[in-house]
Amino acid sequence: MMRFLATIRIALRALRRNKLRTFLTMLGMIIGVTAVIAMVSIGNGAKSQVEGQIASLGQNVLSVFPGSLSSGGARGGWGSASTLTPDEAELIAREVPGVVGVSGEVRDRQQVMANGLNWNTMIQGESPDYLSIRAWGLSEGAMFSETDVRSAAKVAVIGKTVADQLFAGNDPVGETIRIRNIPFKIVGVLTSKGVSFFGSDQDDTVIIPNTSAMRRVTGRQYLSAILIQASAPKEMARIQTEIATLLQQRRSGREPDFTVRSQLELAEAATATSRTMTALLGGIACVSLLVGGIGIMNIMLVSVTERTREIGIRMAVGAKGKDILLQFLIEAVTLSVIGGVIGIVLGVGISKLLATKMNWPALTSVTSILVAFVFSAAVGIFFGFYPARKASSLDPIEALRYE
Amino acid sequence: MNAIIEIDGVHKTYQTGDVQVHAVRGISLRIERGEFVAIMGASGSGKSTLMNILGCLDRPTSGRYLLDDIDVSDLDRDELAEIRNEKIGFVFQGFNLLSRTSALENIELPTLYSSKTISAEEQRRRALEALELVGLKDRADHQPNQLSGGQQQRVAIARALVNEPRLLLADEPTGNLDTQTSIEVMGIFQKLNAQGITIVMVTHELDIASYTKRNVIMRDGQIVTDKLVADRLNAEKELSELREAQKAIKLS
Ligand SMILES: Nc1ncnc2c1ncn2[C@@H]1O[C@H](COP(=O)(O)OP(=O)(O)OP(=O)(O)O)[C@@H](O)[C@H]1O
Ligand SMILES: [Mg+2]
Repeated sequence: MMRFLATIRIALRALRRNKLRTFLTMLGMIIGVTAVIAMVSIGNGAKSQVEGQIASLGQNVLSVFPGSLSSGGARGGWGSASTLTPDEAELIAREVPGVVGVSGEVRDRQQVMANGLNWNTMIQGESPDYLSIRAWGLSEGAMFSETDVRSAAKVAVIGKTVADQLFAGNDPVGETIRIRNIPFKIVGVLTSKGVSFFGSDQDDTVIIPNTSAMRRVTGRQYLSAILIQASAPKEMARIQTEIATLLQQRRSGREPDFTVRSQLELAEAATATSRTMTALLGGIACVSLLVGGIGIMNIMLVSVTERTREIGIRMAVGAKGKDILLQFLIEAVTLSVIGGVIGIVLGVGISKLLATKMNWPALTSVTSILVAFVFSAAVGIFFGFYPARKASSLDPIEALRYE
Repeated sequence: MNAIIEIDGVHKTYQTGDVQVHAVRGISLRIERGEFVAIMGASGSGKSTLMNILGCLDRPTSGRYLLDDIDVSDLDRDELAEIRNEKIGFVFQGFNLLSRTSALENIELPTLYSSKTISAEEQRRRALEALELVGLKDRADHQPNQLSGGQQQRVAIARALVNEPRLLLADEPTGNLDTQTSIEVMGIFQKLNAQGITIVMVTHELDIASYTKRNVIMRDGQIVTDKLVADRLNAEKELSELREAQKAIKLS
């Protein structure tokens, strides 16, 4: 034990003696480990954000968009063709089993006014099912009712951003908001949902009955989309085909001019993307760790050659092979572990910084820290072993004669 | 009691490329405990080669070596290291101190690799004791490049003594020193020998050899003369005479 401690002391002293070289050698490890920690937490942060955004779209949601991607590419894109009608939304609710909520959606950007203030926002015409489909709650008031939809009532539920912009802290419920100069009574305020998967502020919205939107605001006869909620994830594939079949029957023989998309597809695509990204980043980081390890090996080999005489002297006064092996191995492991610890600290710092900058949750997992630590020690042992073996197998008299 | 060193028909051949150098050609030698032997001979006669074999640093190409009744030729690397650590103190022809390491730490080195557990305080105490013995206590924290040749030589001697070996081997311990420092080193050796340590040293100089008890002369890898020293010099006495003479020069 004494001997082990003494060997550690010798190794540390040798490292202290050549500070610049020690630092430069560590730099390889520092960069490698920093990269691993930062990359993995960026990957995790991005993944969890995507997952959160997908969850904020609502549970088991299917959407029907006008326009088709099935042939000849993006013919004018979604929403450009005007074919979906409120009747079809009702038809889906009635005919397709397993559907628990349907909302025919109309979207339009409009200038709104209240309190003498102006704001440009998204006007969404929806059915009362909309909130449950999107798993969206109200912080104040209540959602408009089916009766309001039938009578195309002038009522509105507003998003957090709109409430903040127009009412600055006061309770907007019961107040009036003017859309294209038509007064709507505010019946509820939505809870905050934050930025969407597509990058827009979901709270910057005013939700009114879809009938009111079509008749009073846009004047259009068609829906921008139909949102459907399925009772369970396993029903989604069946419901998707049934909706497609149902809508196609109404278009007897014409090419389909609508697209039914399932949230699952989106989620799968997004997770696959973030998984690829994490793997890619991790791969790059591992390569830099490997380079750091090779740097350590290189310096240790140089060091063994430089200190051949020292090794000879130590052996001449009684150092055994394993003492020399241990001494150089400890040097290598110290280089890699201290480099690793500095790298962990830097990596955590950088991922925290990036997380705040990018509005991500900082996801430096304890596991990735532990793995980085163990890995850097392993790099030290792996790349330090060969030089240390070389040192320990020197012949004492040859080593002493070395010029 | 048996001899501390007993070698029998020892040969050492160096192979460098196609050339074979026969550095030691069949030497047999017996050294009893408590002896003080000087090995002499021309440069290249194989003295260092023989010393390295005696110090278990090198193995003979053929022949037998019994050290303290142990047949050293059978031992492996680690066992030899243990022998070097415990039984032998070796002073090299070129000091061989660790650079950028203090005198005290250089002296502690053998205690670090001892198979017995020695506490850090005990290591320090022993190193200081050895340093005191060679009269360098006030240079404990100096590094080799801050010491004179003679002082470095004395640090090397202190390092050889720190594990209290039974056998001290010194390859030209006075090779780089002036007359007075040489005699001082011989004084240390005589004192150690009086304490019972067996000493074998290499020297070129006849007058240095006359401080020992036995002179062995080598030529071309063989022993040509082996005789006891008739009128042995006393280092203490020579030193005080030298100092008197120096004082006289200063006064005149
Ligand atoms: N490692 C080696 N490889 C090849 N030849 C060697 C080696 N070491 C010594 N020799 C040769 O062996 C012979 C004896 O060398 P050694 O060093 O023993 O001489 P020495 O008596 O100590 O000389 P000096 O008084 O100059 O120190 C010399 O001819 C030398 O060239
Ligand atoms: Mg020599």
